[in-house]
Amino acid sequence: MSFIALAAAAGLAIALVAGPVGCFVVWRRMAYFGDSLAHAALLGIGVGLMLDLNLSLTVLAVCLLSVPFILLLTNSPHVADDTALGILSHASLAIGITSVSLAAGGSVDLSSFLFGDILSLSETEVVIVICMCAVVGTILAKFWRQLVYVTIHYELASVEGLPSRRLEITLMLLIAVLVAVGMQVVGALLIGSLLIIPAAAAGLLASNPERMAWIASMFACAAIVGGLALSWLIDTPAGPSAVVVATSIFAVAKLIGYARN
Amino acid sequence: MSNLLSLHNIHYQLKGRTILQDVSLSLNAGQIVTLIGPSGAGKTTLVRIALGLIKPTSGYCHRQAKLRVGYVPQKVSVNQLMPLSVERFLSTSNCQRQLLHEICEQVSIQHLIHQRINNLSGGEMQRVLLAKALLVNPQLLVLDEPVQGVDVTGQAELYQLIQDISKRLNCAVLMVSHDLHLVMSATDTVVCMNNHVCCHGHPESVSAHPAYLELFGKNIEPSLALYTHHHNHVHDGCSHDLPTIEEEHKA
Repeated sequence: MSFIALAAAAGLAIALVAGPVGCFVVWRRMAYFGDSLAHAALLGIGVGLMLDLNLSLTVLAVCLLSVPFILLLTNSPHVADDTALGILSHASLAIGITSVSLAAGGSVDLSSFLFGDILSLSETEVVIVICMCAVVGTILAKFWRQLVYVTIHYELASVEGLPSRRLEITLMLLIAVLVAVGMQVVGALLIGSLLIIPAAAAGLLASNPERMAWIASMFACAAIVGGLALSWLIDTPAGPSAVVVATSIFAVAKLIGYARN
Repeated sequence: MSNLLSLHNIHYQLKGRTILQDVSLSLNAGQIVTLIGPSGAGKTTLVRIALGLIKPTSGYCHRQAKLRVGYVPQKVSVNQLMPLSVERFLSTSNCQRQLLHEICEQVSIQHLIHQRINNLSGGEMQRVLLAKALLVNPQLLVLDEPVQGVDVTGQAELYQLIQDISKRLNCAVLMVSHDLHLVMSATDTVVCMNNHVCCHGHPESVSAHPAYLELFGKNIEPSLALYTHHHNHVHDGCSHDLPTIEEEHKA
């Protein structure tokens, strides 16, 4: 199969799931959380290179393990949440890059981890990406209504008998999985934007949470397709091009929003 | 008669500070109990313990098995980017559409169901939250400052509505209020608290009780008392509430 079809398959799988997941990231103000996870994923690359393990596995493991760590840090009463996540996000980026350089002795191309390398995915990698996205999407669909309820009001949901805390943690783990998978496609620096920008654009236009999730998915898919097209036509890097397209969609959505009001 | 809800010798400490000390309380079907007290008195904490949202440091809370509780929180504010209509908000509780519309009629919010939740006024929001609580067909209704951000006429109407609902559903009501005089006619029992229970009983007897007068001051006209009780009090995340008279003077 041609490399562009493989890239499109992986990119679209991630985009479809990034729509609804991104909605939660926007609604719950978890942008920093997503970034911290993506940066921690770099640490996963470093660990994988050092121990000579499968990078996808170490990235996934490090992302999942970061969740309880982030929870612990952000619930501390001494440091404000955004400060704590700001420290964590940039510290993990620095530690990640340092560990990758240490492991690879400077011979490795950092930019493929930072900005993704969607055009060089193997068939196996693409299959793994699609399977992981399917798992995340299925769990998300199953708990969608409950997750939305907990996001609207934690305590109302609790009083009505929902396991609010468990749902929140489930959501964070789902984000972690998607970030770990997406990081290999659009890169550690850009996966956060693929979560937030399409969802934010959709939020400006949608009339209910479900429609917002679908629109976000469509926007993310358009971004991926647009990014690949730009990369094909004018030879720009695919990941960043996708984010440029997403940002253009957001700008148009914003204009439409203004026009409506 | 067995209690729907009973709290026994509740203590609650947070970071070395005693928020609640030896508080006991019980509610029967159809009974309306109002908690009053200055801000920081632990009213909301007590409500949260009664709801089972937090555990007391010591003491215990007993709820009747399978008790259906309707909860009206202080406020619901969702992210501006969440497109949430009143109807979608209400249907987060799994209930039939017909029931949903009936309840909307009962609390007079039929005309609001397509509005965005973030565009509601204080009074509209409180009615929507009340409707949400009624969807579970509650045996116990718990309201944390149900008249927040509502003008005085609206407050009286809301209290009347709560009282009517309680009668019709024969459901118990536990609510938090700042002002005794406004809730007086709408409540059976008042619990005046300031980290511990200062006094409790019928509203008339509480309003004459020395412990109440010490907390809230003597010889205050009802209309003035409203403002006195509100001073220095800031609601979390509700800075756009109507300013009190004092704040207006400062401005």
